[in-house]
Amino acid sequence: MSYMKAKDINEHITWKEITKGCEIYEGGTSETVETGDWRTMKPVLHTDKCKQCLLCVPCCPDMSIPVGKDGKRGDFNYFYCKGCGICAVACPFGAIEMVREEK
Amino acid sequence: MGIRERLSGNEAVAYAMKQINPDVMGAFPITPSTEIPQYFSTYVDNGEVDTEFIAVESEHSAMSTCIGAEAAGARAISATSSCGLCYMTEMLYVAASDRLPITLAVVCRALSGPINIHNDHSDAMGVRDAGWIQLFAETNQEAYDNYLQAMRIGEAVSLPIMTCQDGFITSHAIENIELVETDKVKAFVGEYHPDQFLLNKKNPLAIGAFGMPAYYMECKRQQAQAMIDAKDVIKKVGKEFGEMTGRTYGLIENYRMEDAEEAIVIIGSSAGTAKEAVNELRAEGRKVGLVKIRSFRPFPTEDLCEALKNVKVFAAMDKDDSFNAHCGPMYAELTASLYAAGITAPKGIDYIYGLGGRDVRVDSIRRVYDELDKIARTGDVGETYRYLDIRE
Repeated sequence: MSYMKAKDINEHITWKEITKGCEIYEGGTSETVETGDWRTMKPVLHTDKCKQCLLCVPCCPDMSIPVGKDGKRGDFNYFYCKGCGICAVACPFGAIEMVREEK
Repeated sequence: MGIRERLSGNEAVAYAMKQINPDVMGAFPITPSTEIPQYFSTYVDNGEVDTEFIAVESEHSAMSTCIGAEAAGARAISATSSCGLCYMTEMLYVAASDRLPITLAVVCRALSGPINIHNDHSDAMGVRDAGWIQLFAETNQEAYDNYLQAMRIGEAVSLPIMTCQDGFITSHAIENIELVETDKVKAFVGEYHPDQFLLNKKNPLAIGAFGMPAYYMECKRQQAQAMIDAKDVIKKVGKEFGEMTGRTYGLIENYRMEDAEEAIVIIGSSAGTAKEAVNELRAEGRKVGLVKIRSFRPFPTEDLCEALKNVKVFAAMDKDDSFNAHCGPMYAELTASLYAAGITAPKGIDYIYGLGGRDVRVDSIRRVYDELDKIARTGDVGETYRYLDIRE
């Protein structure tokens, strides 16, 4: 029986190698999974308008708005962002604009 | 040498649970399985077991309780019947695919409608594709014996297991029974120590992951392998149980099949009635035999082919109808097994029988053998999809 971590489980794994019942032998594995790849719209931060009020941060349902040690929000983490647009609605200053995702 | 007692099937299963002393029971009452959690809760209340008894508000929750407990590393059990089993169905699939060896005592009862509390196999057959091992008992003794073997089997292959007996017929009828001494039961069943479990803080674990299309089939193929592997485990545990008690179990039981030309294949308590019919017909010089399926999941394909390859004609006895305008579930799988093995000489018919507690008597089974005899003599199978003892 294999006691694999999430990073070791990929789309080449065979049925004999995959973990029993799809168990993953660690916690917090959602961090390693790219959940932003099906986004059609994406938020863009206009830093000139952003007042660092941080209202957008708790509105994000995922982990797409990182806050640094200096207490300021950084740019969006698109690895997780699904483009729901809640942050753009929450922003009182029009600093977040939803634009079409181009790939 | 065992303890001589007289118990109903429900009492026997509850007593087996008490001897095993599992960690958690989640249960909701439904006729005719109600007595099992009822007797067991008495054991809990009297301090005779240290099981955590969780009285839930539904069977869906009963199975959810078992899933949580088993995933945490505990040995979890439940009991149910009929629509209660239906109501568990969603969670039955979760238990099997999460590979949690929960043990469920099923006391088989018809499904509505018309509303009916009596025995047939439509509940157990309805969940036959949920991924659970399914053992069926003919007698109270077998209901007890199967329960004592269940955890060894399920835990060896990481699959949940249901032990099925016939509602009222064995669950409420009191029969002589030979119980195994509790110290021997404990030694035979052993403790449950899974490699990985949720309450193991040294090794964090995620159970019940989301499986995208790229992973889902690999998971299912591995689950299918566990069911294939269960065949040998059931035989091994049944043999070991026989060494302890003198009662050996396999996937099927062949009864007077040595030179049989006409056979019926049957599941559960009616096998006892049918054996009596076989004895009568044998005394009259007829070459008849009986095959009893103990394990419906895994389906004993190889053993059934071996048992039936030389008969002229057989009847599959289904205590359930698939309503496919064709046959019941056992006939479908039995004939598929024979065809896949290239065994096409025996002619086979299907009888739907005993639905909703319709009495099955020795004469009923004799009528089946008479039909088989007619087919053997004329070569004409006629209608393969038949109802036994139906008023025309």
